[in-house]
Amino acid sequence: MLKAVMRLFGHDDKPSGRIAKDRLRVVLIHDRANISPEVINHIKDDIIKVISNYMDINQHEMEISLSDDENSVALLANIPVKRIKPQVMSSRNMHR
Amino acid sequence: MSEVIVITSGKGGVGKTTTTANIGVGLAIRGNKVALIDTDTGLRNLDLLLGLENRIMYDLVDVVTGRIPYKKALVRHKKHENLFLLPTSQIRDKSSVNGQQLVDVCNQMRGEFDYILIDCPAGIEQGFKTAIAAADYAIVVTMPEISAVRDADKIIGELNRADKDHIKLIVNRIRSHMVESGDMLNMDDINDILAIECIGQVPDDEMVVTSTNRGEPVISNKKSLAGQAYNNIVGRICGEQIPFLDFRKKSLFDKLKQILHV
Repeated sequence: MLKAVMRLFGHDDKPSGRIAKDRLRVVLIHDRANISPEVINHIKDDIIKVISNYMDINQHEMEISLSDDENSVALLANIPVKRIKPQVMSSRNMHR
Repeated sequence: MSEVIVITSGKGGVGKTTTTANIGVGLAIRGNKVALIDTDTGLRNLDLLLGLENRIMYDLVDVVTGRIPYKKALVRHKKHENLFLLPTSQIRDKSSVNGQQLVDVCNQMRGEFDYILIDCPAGIEQGFKTAIAAADYAIVVTMPEISAVRDADKIIGELNRADKDHIKLIVNRIRSHMVESGDMLNMDDINDILAIECIGQVPDDEMVVTSTNRGEPVISNKKSLAGQAYNNIVGRICGEQIPFLDFRKKSLFDKLKQILHV
């Protein structure tokens, strides 16, 4: 009861049942996909390799994860870009 | 027509054996001839829950190795005459029985019984694979706890991989006051995540413990909420449409409203 009142006044964060559900959601995406963390890391390295041909990226802040969208699973990559490499710009100009 | 149902969960301690015993008794009370097969070799407990631990002469391992016909190993229940237990061995381990052997035994038994319930061991190894091999459909038992739901999800995946896609869910040991305060996964959460048909919501009930102490499944106890919930599950297995119990504690105000029909 006290907890409910506290929540009403915003003194408590999410109810723990809600936290359980959110955590379950994330862990089950990985369980169901059956992909090991090692494979995810390989994917990450390969993406870095490809992207680095065109852009300077911040590798340390790059995040890659699986996420679910109702009934499909998506691979989400968040890659902070520092700058586009000059040679990429020039090669694009050359094609024109 | 005979139906073979496996009761499974992945995680231990969620109430597979309790569920098996209660559904078995419930189906027998409704006049069905029922056999319960314990496949938790080495860790058998179904005999204890049914109060039959002193009547075991032979076991499942004796049957599958061809030492005796299955009828000789069946133990008839004291109170419910059309309920039988096929116990497993307490001294052997899970490798003593394989899936094909269990399929063969069930096929021999199908002609004689309306329902054959298989109590599955915890885990996803050999014992699980043996237990599900003979089943027409599976009942997955879980609890409103993060680890139990995760394991249930895993088991559903394993069942699908084994082409057992007829799966039903029972959520056991629900603490309604915690659900109400938001501190326990609720039924919507669990249905959302597991997405299989739910045939039972069983409250956490101390009478389950006391009835287990006595070796009398709680379904026979009319006063017990869990007993009523198990009874409804049995009805749903028999094809009846029964709404889920509301086992929140009623306040004085609710009771008054009920009396005054408002």
